[in-house]
Amino acid sequence: MIIGLAHYLAVAAILFTIGVFGIFVNRKNIIVILMSIELILLAVNINLVAFSAYLGNVTGQIFAMFVLTVAAAEAAVGLAILVTFFRNRGDIAVDDASMMKG
Amino acid sequence: MALQAIAFYLMAAVTLASGLAVVSAKNPVHSVLFLIASFFSSAGLFVLLGAEFLAMLLVVVYVGAVAVLFLFVVMMLDVDFAQLRQGFARYMPLGGLIAGGLAIEMIVVSYTVATHGAARLNDTPMAMGKGAPLGMSNAEAIGRVLYTQYVYFFQAAGMVLLVAMIGAIVLTLRHKPGVKRQVIMDQVLRTPKTGMRMVSPKPGEGIDA
Repeated sequence: MIIGLAHYLAVAAILFTIGVFGIFVNRKNIIVILMSIELILLAVNINLVAFSAYLGNVTGQIFAMFVLTVAAAEAAVGLAILVTFFRNRGDIAVDDASMMKG
Repeated sequence: MALQAIAFYLMAAVTLASGLAVVSAKNPVHSVLFLIASFFSSAGLFVLLGAEFLAMLLVVVYVGAVAVLFLFVVMMLDVDFAQLRQGFARYMPLGGLIAGGLAIEMIVVSYTVATHGAARLNDTPMAMGKGAPLGMSNAEAIGRVLYTQYVYFFQAAGMVLLVAMIGAIVLTLRHKPGVKRQVIMDQVLRTPKTGMRMVSPKPGEGIDA
């Protein structure tokens, strides 16, 4: 039984849609939304590494590293914004976050 | 080869099941723990693909830093999470429909790319880059390309991390009123003229202030 490129791409595709599904069903809980974004970026990384391995080109892994970097930075800034938001409002319900409305 | 297939299906199943548990767990702490499980088994998939360096990077960066950061924030914020789950059942059918459609589309495209694309002739992962000498490790192969061809991108990634770090500190730093702090400027500017005062008290009287 040979595990081909299509297997890895299918796993990445399902993981990506799980992330999209998580954003849909947890519209109020911004912490779970941030975790769903992490899942989506992980799916992208699996795609990059799978293509890198099956094409025999190491560039995909380097781009996966850059995606990892951006994901870490995004998580740090997103959680910092979340903490500030919680301090100012006392909760983190984001579906009615309209403080910035003109 | 059979062992490899078993490992792949095991780790893929754990990755996807944990991913589903992340978005559907009632308690966000459980979500974070399932996220860690998902990252761990993805690291296993990376090892299967021959990307050992990236697998270790995933464990160190995600499990060691990002997931712990999430755990800190989830535990620090005192939020009624049951109230945040309102609407879960309401958005479920639409979300499931869209996610299912997206998954089918992406799998069809993936299968087409895998069977007709540039990688159709390779049915096993190649650990090394094309033209890399035999016996070169994955980390060495990455380093040879990263520090030459992509050195400016590498520097830019460093800048991204620096800006994110400064941004996170600026956003969360707050000065509490009423806390005495050392002001180095005042200390340096202090001279004998401003720091000293000559008084001549009369006998039997003290000095008040």
